[in-house]
Formats: sequence, C-alpha cells, structure tokens
Amino acid sequence: MAYSKKVVDKFENTLENPQAFNVGRFDPKEENIGTGMVGAPACGDVMKLQIKCEPKGNTHIIKDVKFKTYGCGSAIASSSELVEMLIGKTLEEAKEIKNKEIVDALELPPIKIHCSVLAEDSIKQAIEDYESKQ
Amino acid sequence: MSTQKTIYLDYASTTPVDPRVASKMMQYLTPDGEFGNPASRSHRYGWKADDAVEEARSHVANLVNCDPREIVWTSGATEADNLAIKGVARFYKSKGNHIITSKIEHKAVLDPCRQLEREGFEVTYLDPNDGGVITPEAIKDAMQENTILVSVMHINNELGTLNDLEEIGKITREAGAFFHVDAAQSTGKVDINLSTLPVDLMSFSAHKTYGPKGIGALFVRRKPRVRIEALIHGGGHERGMRSGTLPTHQIVGMGEAFKIAKEEMESDHTKIKSYHEKFLKEAMKIEHAYINGDVNNKVPNILNISFNFVEGESLIMGLKDIAVSSGSACTSASLEPSYVLRALGRKDELAHSSIRFSFGRFTSDDDIRDTLAILNKVVDRLRELSPLWEMHLDGIDLDTVKWNTH
Repeated sequence: MAYSKKVVDKFENTLENPQAFNVGRFDPKEENIGTGMVGAPACGDVMKLQIKCEPKGNTHIIKDVKFKTYGCGSAIASSSELVEMLIGKTLEEAKEIKNKEIVDALELPPIKIHCSVLAEDSIKQAIEDYESKQ
Repeated sequence: MSTQKTIYLDYASTTPVDPRVASKMMQYLTPDGEFGNPASRSHRYGWKADDAVEEARSHVANLVNCDPREIVWTSGATEADNLAIKGVARFYKSKGNHIITSKIEHKAVLDPCRQLEREGFEVTYLDPNDGGVITPEAIKDAMQENTILVSVMHINNELGTLNDLEEIGKITREAGAFFHVDAAQSTGKVDINLSTLPVDLMSFSAHKTYGPKGIGALFVRRKPRVRIEALIHGGGHERGMRSGTLPTHQIVGMGEAFKIAKEEMESDHTKIKSYHEKFLKEAMKIEHAYINGDVNNKVPNILNISFNFVEGESLIMGLKDIAVSSGSACTSASLEPSYVLRALGRKDELAHSSIRFSFGRFTSDDDIRDTLAILNKVVDRLRELSPLWEMHLDGIDLDTVKWNTH
C-alpha cells in the first residue's frame, strides 16, 4: 500500500500529538454536543466524531471538535483532516462537506476511499444528533 | 525515506542472503567463474557447473536426510507446491479425484487446488483447531475411497504452528493416498528426517533460509515411488520433472544456505528461542494482547499477536521503523482480514489487530529491546485514539453494541 506523504504525515502528526489534533471526547449528554459514531470493529474501522456548537444568528456554529478513530492509517488521517475542515463552520456549511474533499486533500488511493465516506457519514450523524437536542 | 535503520522482524516473509552464501554464488556467474551450463556434456565448463549443482543437491538432501536423487530443482516453493499438487493429481487421476488440504495453507497450495477443482477434482479444505493445527483426526475423518492426495503444511507461515507429519503420514499411508508437505518455513528451524517421515513430496524454498529468491526444490520420494506429471516441458532436465537450464548460481546459493542451516540450526535456534521468550514475556504485559496459535506447539521464530482495540495497519504504520507483517485487511488489496486467523475462529476484529513478528539469524538483542519499547508506546498512543478502547474502559461490552455499518 503506497500512501501519499500527506496521509503519512497526517497520521504520524496525529499520533505524536493527539491533543493538538483534537483527539479526545466531550460528554455526549451535554446539550451543545453532537455525537456521531460510524463503522464496525469487524470491518476494521470505527469513527467517533463529536461537535461542540453554539447558536449564532439563526444558525449554529461548530466551535470545537473531538474525535477518536479505530482503523487503518488512512481512516485516522481522514478523521483528522475532516476535523480541521469543521471548526468555525456553520452546520449548513458542515453538511455540505463531501468525502471527495478529504480524498483530494489527502490524495487517498482508490481502495481507501471508503475511509473518507466514513468520515462524511460521521459528521452527518453528529449534526443530526446535535439538531435532535435543540 | 527515514534515515534511521529499520529493524527487520519479517524473516518469515523472506530472509537476507547470508554473506557467505552470496560470496559463493558470485563464483558461478562471471567469465572467471564457473558460468557453464550444467547440461553441457562436451566440455569442462559444463562439467564444473554440473559438479556444483550436484554438490548443492547433496547439501539440500543432507539437511532433510533424503537421497539427492529425490531432489528436483524448481524456481521456488510456489512452483514446488504446484508441481507436487497438480503433478500428482494429473498423473493419478484415473485412481481418484479427491484431494484433502487445509484452510490455513499458503496460497501456493490453495490456488493450485482451486485450479484442480476447475479441472474436475474435488477438494476438501479442513479447518484448523483453535490452536492453528490441522489434527490427524481431521485428516482421518476427511479420507474417502477416492482420495489420492493430502497436502498439509509443516509450519504455518502466519502463526508458526506445527503440524504432526508423522501421524498424518501414517493415515495417508494406510489409506494409500500421497502426502505432500509445504515445508517452506521449516528448513533450518526444525529437524526433518525424510528417511523415516511418511511423507511423499515436500516443498522447499531457499529464501526463507538465508539463500537467494527464485530457487527452491521439491522432494519426490523414490521408494515407494511417486510419479508426477511435469508442468514445464523443454529438454527433460531433472529427470523429466522440470525442464529448463539449471540456474547454477541460484542452486549453489541454496545448497550453501542449506549446508549452513544444518551446521548452525542449533545455535540459531538457541538464540531465537531466547528472543521469543523475552518478547513474549514483555509483549504479554500489554493489556489485551493475545497470541494467535498454540504457543506450546509452534516454532519460536514466528510470533503472531493481536492487540485488541487497535487496528493492525495503523499499528504497522505507527511501527514505522520496524518491518513486520499484519493479518489486517487494510494491508491487503482485498480488504479481507487474514484468512488464516479467520479460520482459527478468531473474531474479525482480532484478525484486524494482528501483527506477525518473525526473528532470524541477524536479529540482535538491541532489535528486540527497541521493538518492545516502540511497540508499547505505539499501542498506548493508538488506544488513546481508539473509540473502542474508550468504550472498553467505560465498561461497555463491544459485543452488545449495535454498530452502524456502512
């Protein structure tokens, strides 16, 4: 498996310095937290993404994000890449994020595209969870 | 590329050529060396090359205690497996069309069996027991009137587990079926005595035993005689079983490697056994680490461990200065986890989490110490990243979770 330097760097940086790359957890019961978890251990990848939001005007804005991922190097790199895209976005903007953006940013090989799909699914689910609480 | 030296712990995949072997091979290539065609009978270049080939054949035969005339050179263990399985099946097809093998064989055995299924043979693929062993009882139960061949590996390449060739051979002898053994992982690791073992065909590889890639051999028993149909025709070399000009330098390399293997098996084994004990003791201190394969019935040079809650490919990426293999799906083109670990009945997630460490002649104390230190650090870090580990720490039983699969 030949990964791009971008995947390798993202993975290694996240591993070396997890706090700086938003690895962690929020209390999922808090009202301003939305949690998404997708994938399954038997398939080899599980992503958990949490967004912390606050109202801004007539929308909500993502103030902070935490994630944890079990999976191959590109799954971890994809989650980490997604997290960076999310902070500061409104929920509407976040919903617009497509897996293709992660594929392009990390130059994912075709066999690893499902990692980016999983990342896209995790943000959709986290937003749904947050909106259901509002 | 990292400038730091990568620690090599993937000897079960391939070994470096022993420098003593390489220097011997160099004497059979160049104009000032013995470059002749061993099949040339009319001049000394040919005679000298033929002498070298026959000396190498004796070294190989000597390691496994058989007659040199029972050794057929091939391009490697894959070809030897193909030649044995297809060769016997096609030669004896009038006697029966049933073959028995196991689900944990190397692809070099499984794929020829699949091919024979397409040609009308019937193949039984046996499950191993929990310890990664094909039991003689399983073989006995699978035997049919029309069974002509049983093909079972000696040492499993992913787990290092050992099958009981003596007992399996007794069963095949009694049933009148031929017994082929893939012994690619065995040479220089365990004693093989073909003068007493009830085995009819055995495949060998040079490059797992500090010889060069591209050369192997098939043992074909003379008494009781085994006939095989050749796969490659063109000159009738190797008594018609494998045509093609013999690659003298490769053969000399394999011979030298096997000669050294015989001389140094005991000292290699002692050293590697001590590494295995140390590695096992330290790695098992990591929480939720599980050994795959029966630790009491395996060779010490292969150690397969699953680190639960951590995915194998990410572990391999984290262990970037260590060369190891994984049973993880993500390291394979198929995205399927190791079929060997699945056959053991391991949960898929443990198959995804497995790493194979394999030690060898050039492994050092420092390699073991450094690997253990890095392994501890990287498993910790990846667990910090793992939602499964978090759930485990929260006391959630992962088997009860309804996963949102995609």
